[in-house]
Amino acid sequence: MSESPNKAAGGRVEVKNTTCYMCACRCGIRVTLRDGEVRYIQGNPDHPLNKGVICAKGSSGIMKQYSPARLTQPLKRKAGAERGAGEFEPISWEEAFSTIEERLAHIRATDPKKFALFTGRDQMQALTGLFAKQFGTPNYAAHGGFCSVNMAAGMIYTIGGSFWEFGGPDLERAKLFVMIGTAEDHHSNPMKIELAKFKRNGGRFISINPVRTGYSAIADEWVPIKPGTDGALLLALIHEIIKQGLYDRDFITQYSNAAELVNLNPNDPEYGMFVRFEVPPEEGCFDPQNKLWWDRELNKPISTHTPGADPRLLGEFKLSDGTPVKPSFQLLKERVEQYTPEWAADITGIPAATIRRLAHEMGITARDEKIELPIAWTDVWENEHKSVTGNPVAFHAMRGLAAHSNGFQTIRALGILMTILGTIDRPGGFRHKAPFPRPIPPCPKTPTKPEDVQPNTPLNGMPLGWPADPDDLFVDDKGGPVRLDKGFSWEYPLSVHGLMHNAITNAWRGDPYKIDTLLIFMANMSWNSTMNAEQVRKMLNDKDENGEYKIPFLIVADAFQSEMVAFADLVLPDTTYLERHDVMSMLDRPISEFDGPVDSVRIPVLPPTGQCKPFQEVLIEVGSRLKLPAFTDANGKRKYRDYPDFITNFETAPGSGIGFLAGWRGKGGEKHMRGEPNPNQWKMYEKNNCVFHYEMPKSYQYMRNWNQGYLQWAQSNAMTRYAEPINCHIYSEVLQKFRLAAQGKTNGRQPPEHLRKRVETFFDPLPFFYEPLESQLSDKHKYPLNAVTQRPMAMYHSWDSQNAWLRQIHTYNHLYVHPSVGAAGCFDDGDWVWVESQWGKVRCICKYSEAVEPGTVWTWNAIGKAAGAWNLDPMANESKQGFLLNHVISEELPPHDAGDHVSNSDPVTGQAAWYDVRVRVYKAGADEAKETFPQFDPMPSAPGTPPRRPWQNYFAGKFQKKG
Amino acid sequence: MHPAFSVIFLTTLIGVGQGLFLALFSAQAYGMAKLLPAQSGSFFANGSFLALLFLLGGLFAAVFHLGKPSYMFTRAWRGMTQWRTSWLSRELIAMPAMMGLTFLYAVFHWFGWEVDLFGWHVSGQLSLAVGIFGVLGAIALFVCTAMIYAAVKFLQEWSSPLTVVNYFVLGTASGFTCATVYASYQGVEPELVHFFGGWAIALTVLGLITRSFSLLRNARIKYKSTVQTAIGVRHTQVQQKAMGMMGGSYNTREYSHGKTGAFLKSVKWIFLVLVFVIPVILLALGLSADHTALLLLAFMTQYVGLLFERWFFFAQANHPQNLYYQTI
Amino acid sequence: MTQLALVIDLNVCVGCHACVTSCKQWNTSSEKAGPLFDDRPYGEDPTGTFFNRVQTYEIGCFPNTETLHFPKSCLHCEDAPCVPVCPTGASHKRAEDGIVLVDYDKCIGCKYCSWACPYGAREFDEYQKVMKKCTLCVDRIYDEKLPESERKPACVLACPTSARLFGDVHDPESQVSVAIREQGGYQLMPEWGTKPANHYLPRRKTRMHIHEDELVRTDNPLKKEDIRHGTSDDVTLDDWLM
Repeated sequence: MSESPNKAAGGRVEVKNTTCYMCACRCGIRVTLRDGEVRYIQGNPDHPLNKGVICAKGSSGIMKQYSPARLTQPLKRKAGAERGAGEFEPISWEEAFSTIEERLAHIRATDPKKFALFTGRDQMQALTGLFAKQFGTPNYAAHGGFCSVNMAAGMIYTIGGSFWEFGGPDLERAKLFVMIGTAEDHHSNPMKIELAKFKRNGGRFISINPVRTGYSAIADEWVPIKPGTDGALLLALIHEIIKQGLYDRDFITQYSNAAELVNLNPNDPEYGMFVRFEVPPEEGCFDPQNKLWWDRELNKPISTHTPGADPRLLGEFKLSDGTPVKPSFQLLKERVEQYTPEWAADITGIPAATIRRLAHEMGITARDEKIELPIAWTDVWENEHKSVTGNPVAFHAMRGLAAHSNGFQTIRALGILMTILGTIDRPGGFRHKAPFPRPIPPCPKTPTKPEDVQPNTPLNGMPLGWPADPDDLFVDDKGGPVRLDKGFSWEYPLSVHGLMHNAITNAWRGDPYKIDTLLIFMANMSWNSTMNAEQVRKMLNDKDENGEYKIPFLIVADAFQSEMVAFADLVLPDTTYLERHDVMSMLDRPISEFDGPVDSVRIPVLPPTGQCKPFQEVLIEVGSRLKLPAFTDANGKRKYRDYPDFITNFETAPGSGIGFLAGWRGKGGEKHMRGEPNPNQWKMYEKNNCVFHYEMPKSYQYMRNWNQGYLQWAQSNAMTRYAEPINCHIYSEVLQKFRLAAQGKTNGRQPPEHLRKRVETFFDPLPFFYEPLESQLSDKHKYPLNAVTQRPMAMYHSWDSQNAWLRQIHTYNHLYVHPSVGAAGCFDDGDWVWVESQWGKVRCICKYSEAVEPGTVWTWNAIGKAAGAWNLDPMANESKQGFLLNHVISEELPPHDAGDHVSNSDPVTGQAAWYDVRVRVYKAGADEAKETFPQFDPMPSAPGTPPRRPWQNYFAGKFQKKG
Repeated sequence: MHPAFSVIFLTTLIGVGQGLFLALFSAQAYGMAKLLPAQSGSFFANGSFLALLFLLGGLFAAVFHLGKPSYMFTRAWRGMTQWRTSWLSRELIAMPAMMGLTFLYAVFHWFGWEVDLFGWHVSGQLSLAVGIFGVLGAIALFVCTAMIYAAVKFLQEWSSPLTVVNYFVLGTASGFTCATVYASYQGVEPELVHFFGGWAIALTVLGLITRSFSLLRNARIKYKSTVQTAIGVRHTQVQQKAMGMMGGSYNTREYSHGKTGAFLKSVKWIFLVLVFVIPVILLALGLSADHTALLLLAFMTQYVGLLFERWFFFAQANHPQNLYYQTI
Repeated sequence: MTQLALVIDLNVCVGCHACVTSCKQWNTSSEKAGPLFDDRPYGEDPTGTFFNRVQTYEIGCFPNTETLHFPKSCLHCEDAPCVPVCPTGASHKRAEDGIVLVDYDKCIGCKYCSWACPYGAREFDEYQKVMKKCTLCVDRIYDEKLPESERKPACVLACPTSARLFGDVHDPESQVSVAIREQGGYQLMPEWGTKPANHYLPRRKTRMHIHEDELVRTDNPLKKEDIRHGTSDDVTLDDWLM
């Protein structure tokens, strides 16, 4: 191959293991280098997560590493240049650090909440959260609030665990798998591996989704549904399953609160709460087993789980004091009475007969295909079981359900459906992953009052937590928010991941207060990670009457020249994943398997490019300079040399033996889960494929909510604080507590008047369906269509429009519409059209599709880019033909009785309601420009970014030398 | 298919060259048989040098069809090795052979070398013998060139004996038109000019018939491959939604002319007029008025028309791979 | 005689493009195939040489629509029409394993082989000006430095749904032959007689059939809930709680 430059190849070849970071999946990878350049990135066959496979993004990591969008030196905005213009000058790290130090030290000494730290798709929330807490600011969150917090909260508040990192469908043993809504972008490779095996083994796969693409493509049956109506479907399924008696009675009796008696005396302050036979001060956050069943034989109340007792699930009873009570399952049955398949058919667009059949398939498969594994285990009530049994019906859902303002209650309904089918942590159903299950709700709590934020003092509580009742909210005396994003306030009481999507708008408006410095890490808040992108860009650049920016100082840390970078006052160049240490920690979001805890690390395979510095090093440096207690000793001297040193030696409490990594602890690496720091821990991870996998005994692998052995093991390893049963919450007392407060029936905290109705309505202890809030506040005749987005598989959870290979696959995006939408709007396949919501409009190219529910239009998200961003040519298709739907989605709802500036989010959790937007679509004028609208002034290449190659011949070992 | 200008010029130029050679050879043969006035050696020599120029022009165009022009010197020789299976390889042999024979034919005439090869006791026997090989070479080259296209069975527009017939007839027609101009310019006897011109008109009319046959045939082609056979799904309603890349690829560039159907149709009418109608009229006028310039105009019109014809020939061919590349 | 080939299981392919870019990254740095050119990698209409693409088709009309993801690379035809037309012998089919390859040193870039391929499987490298195509990772599959489990084409190793099987379709006992035989493996455009070595496995559907009597069962838990609205006036917790 004489004319190929490859003749001279050969070169010095090295092979190194690390962990992928092209998305949030965190597969093990093996990187082959030739003469110091990446030759090949393959899946690590010895890694438990991906077992050797790798996806399109993982295979394109090379193009990320050598992307011209790489930031390579710290930058500060040029004096006089506007934010957004992207005009920078390079500075030294020392200047960057001293700027930050000076500014943050002042804020910390005066009013720590004026510093806000919001992080995006990062995988280091344990560290960023620690930094925020140590700094003393409540204003910290990661991207969960605008991603899938409804899924986390809805499931965890129901079954003590959730999908993705926290648990998932056991496709190895399931016979029927139902995927609802778009759910491809989490846990993608493992899911693909399992899905293929499932199908090959003859499993039946049903996809319920407005769009048939991705995994839905290979479903045995596609059930198109209107967006935002999943709750109606799920409730109708529950209706039919109860009506037919297809629920797993034994399971819900023993393992949920289905049989527990609810006080229904409307005059009792305990109305709607479970009847308890004693009310001791409840310490801790577990679920005390002090509730009652109605015993069938004795015909009287009896302590739950009394040996031999067989409670009633249905009926209504009176206690001796006259208190009317009903088992919560009776309340559920009454609730779903109205939710007939016919009712749901009108809402969802799914024929009633199909809904019934789906319910029957689920119920009959669960009942008749029972799995029994010869695994003996003991439950927390000391009952010994000879085997583990399971009902092989598995579900999966993520953002499709979550990103609606009715998502929390919808996901509660899903959790309840999974529970009554008897599929929680059982073979063939849903399986937890360590450290889940956790108590409902989990123990960590935020501070609760403004006084918990004090100068030069760490925050009195966690920056994010799990409220169990109104007293756990983080509000002032008037019930107003303490956090910038209004998280954990009465507006969004269970906003367990915060509301990053409102941080900028709130800071700009000064509601609830103004801040000084906003630090954004790895989040594209002026583009695809924000709603209302066009306005948010203006807010970032907006000045007050004194000519000062309304958000006075903006620091952006990122590895790439994103749209957000253009707005920064200070840019901190991060490394790529191939150049850094990272931990996927048990304290954070580990990559555990069903069979036990797994954590993993990244170890650099390449030196940092230019002056790039891993963001963790920045945090440790700044934390040390600010003398934050966790990073300095008693004398204020720096405690950790660098991030690897921090990971090795940090313990959650002195001598706790719990650190970021669970593997190879103890002086010589002989311990796991807990043990003193091991100076050679990194080396041991390196030798072991960068992953630690602890496989638990089989008897600990199932029924973990109630598995004595497991819970004691988890407690002894500090994964959970209590070895108490975690019964599924078919009926949610937590929600009832908020409702009672809203109804003024409690002595504790109560919501401000204007929010009473909102809290009372949405904090329903039983799942219910309501139309998404934006729909309720929209003219549905004017805006007849739902518009939704999803990421294509080659770009899940990644911002790889700058990736030379991936962008050839998805160069721009179309608006997919059913042909009938075109017929109604008088436009044709391939025409330029306007998509207009009540908030704004975008111009884009439409494409006909038969694989979309006719009331829905959709597009691939985050393909569209601002001109010049990511160091793409300003003429690149991403900016000329690609578009963002974000421009027509508002971060706030129209003024209504709950307030003028209420977030466009779920009223329970603050989950961004991306998929609620309603639009109309019409043909663009013949005289209008054939380019996407809106357009923005091109961003110039930032100083230090590599040149944008007009062409390239990537050949490892030769590439950089050749150019 | 995407019409490559290198191939358009290659096939049309060598067509003229081969046709011109055949015209000259027939003039010599007729002359020796006393059916036409005999011509001087220099007439044939200059004429075949002209033919050689056309052939060389074709060769020059062909260079641009190689991946890199340098391959002409470094690798093109390899192109002759696969003559057992490849019509392109055969063409690569036939073309230099034809050029060599044309050159020899010119040289023999130029120097007037004589041998009484057949015992006819007339001059020109040696050059006639070379010319016979040249005729065989020209026919072989027409066949090879045409078979390059006709042998690709997936391109059903091309995969027909009509392709060979058309290459032969159109090449010969343009060569005879060229010969008419040449003869007229040389001021030879009008009989010869009329001989060339008459045949040019006859071949052009024949070309119109054979080319029209292929147009009619191609208008009724039933394609063997469908999107159903392409992906192996039998459903009647199959639509491609993505072809796996959006910025284009070799597959979207090489196999499509990128023009509208209306454009294609207009090119068809243009070539029908330029190749056939106008040249016949101009030839008739030029011959009757003995007007070299008109004849030259006839040739130039026809040649330009042939460029359109060849563009259309490529553009009209619908490659089955396009079934996989129907939408961005 | 050996004929190596891929068998692509459309029943499980979710269209993730892993095979596309894993192929690109292996081959662009491959001494056999690379580098693979990218033109305007950061500009308008980026385009490059890839050996494998995943396409999407919609079959049927709403709501009875199937979305099909369809990976396509060189099919390594047993009667490969691209081989005999090559004037230089650059395009060849190896006798020992049936892989169709291009010898870049011999290729003159005339593109004739690509015309003779009905599948559009070949891609011209606009920088090197030679024809390129899937090599079945010939520089991996015989590399004894690799563990045996990795002596497979990059796309096969990458594929998360194992929708790509690799083996000898002439060996009736091979995994690929069994899959073709038992799961209705088919060839593309059989009408041309090219006999592609690569095969595709069609979609398969699993259905559930429910009989009326499965819904009405004696062990229906609702039977346990014979609703009695009894109240308990005589027994209270205090009666039995210690």
